[in-house]
Amino acid sequence: MDHIPIIKVGEFLLVSIQVDMHDRLAMRLQDDLTTQLIKTRAQGVLIDISSLDIVDSFIGRMIGNIASMMSILGAETVVVGMRPAVAITIVELGLSLSNVRTALNVDKGIGLLRVLVNSIGNEGSRHDNYQK
Amino acid sequence: MTIIKSEVLPLFTDDDLVKVRQAVRAWMIEQEFSLVTQTKMVTASSELGRNMVVYGGGGCARLECLNDFDRRGIRVIFEDQGPGIADISQALTDGFTTGDGLGLGLGLGGAKRLVNDFEIWSEPGHGTRVTITMWK
Ligand SMILES: Nc1ncnc2c1ncn2[C@@H]1O[C@H](COP(=O)(O)OP(=O)(O)OP(=O)(O)O)[C@@H](O)[C@H]1O
Ligand SMILES: [Mg+2]
Repeated sequence: MDHIPIIKVGEFLLVSIQVDMHDRLAMRLQDDLTTQLIKTRAQGVLIDISSLDIVDSFIGRMIGNIASMMSILGAETVVVGMRPAVAITIVELGLSLSNVRTALNVDKGIGLLRVLVNSIGNEGSRHDNYQK
Repeated sequence: MTIIKSEVLPLFTDDDLVKVRQAVRAWMIEQEFSLVTQTKMVTASSELGRNMVVYGGGGCARLECLNDFDRRGIRVIFEDQGPGIADISQALTDGFTTGDGLGLGLGLGGAKRLVNDFEIWSEPGHGTRVTITMWK
């Protein structure tokens, strides 16, 4: 496989990372997602990592980068399906993923994205820093 | 302590890295390590293997299955003939990286936290060898 498929689900994009991702594939995913987000005007991205049996600093950084890029483009990112063993391991590794929101599964992730996108709509701006 | 079996895998590209991760996983499963312990060992291997590809110019990973009295172990030795590391304790510090600004500097320190035994040898101009072991 030379790329990871990106599916449009309602107003969101869904990426299921299924393969033991090598580094080039990960880099390509970042590019593809940016392009698709602009093309589809999606407001949120779900990254399903339930198939990943490890998340190392490289993949963690990639997920963090995607979230930052999407945020700059005005979209929210939610990571879903992290396996418990992976969660335990990344904490010990020292990976914080602090800018990434997580949900248990795709359904819950979509629910969370809806809340995030709507609350932004109501505020009129996604950047509320000026209020602090 | 005896080495029950061993295997050497080349590690020069990110495809090689995928194969090394899979091999470490398979050996951990064969010795019936818990899922969390498998995950820690594979993650640590991924960090050290990637360092070797990125900074060490590639090298090899040697997998060993150990028998030490009543305990079993899996050891993986990452060895390259790259530029080496001048200051090892600095390299082990979280956040220290000589990477292109993308690295988090978590690999070495993180790998050390994830495994039972961690040994590092490095000599500038000669190369780096990192040995990690998980026991059960
Ligand atoms: N095999 C190696 N050969 C030469 N230098 C190395 C090797 N492994 C690590 N280093 C040096 O040690 C530093 C720290 O490594 P570490 O894995 O902790 O962080 P990183 O690779 O820079 O970032 P990250 O692993 O978070 O992506 C590297 O930036 C590099 O300078
Ligand atoms: Mg590293």
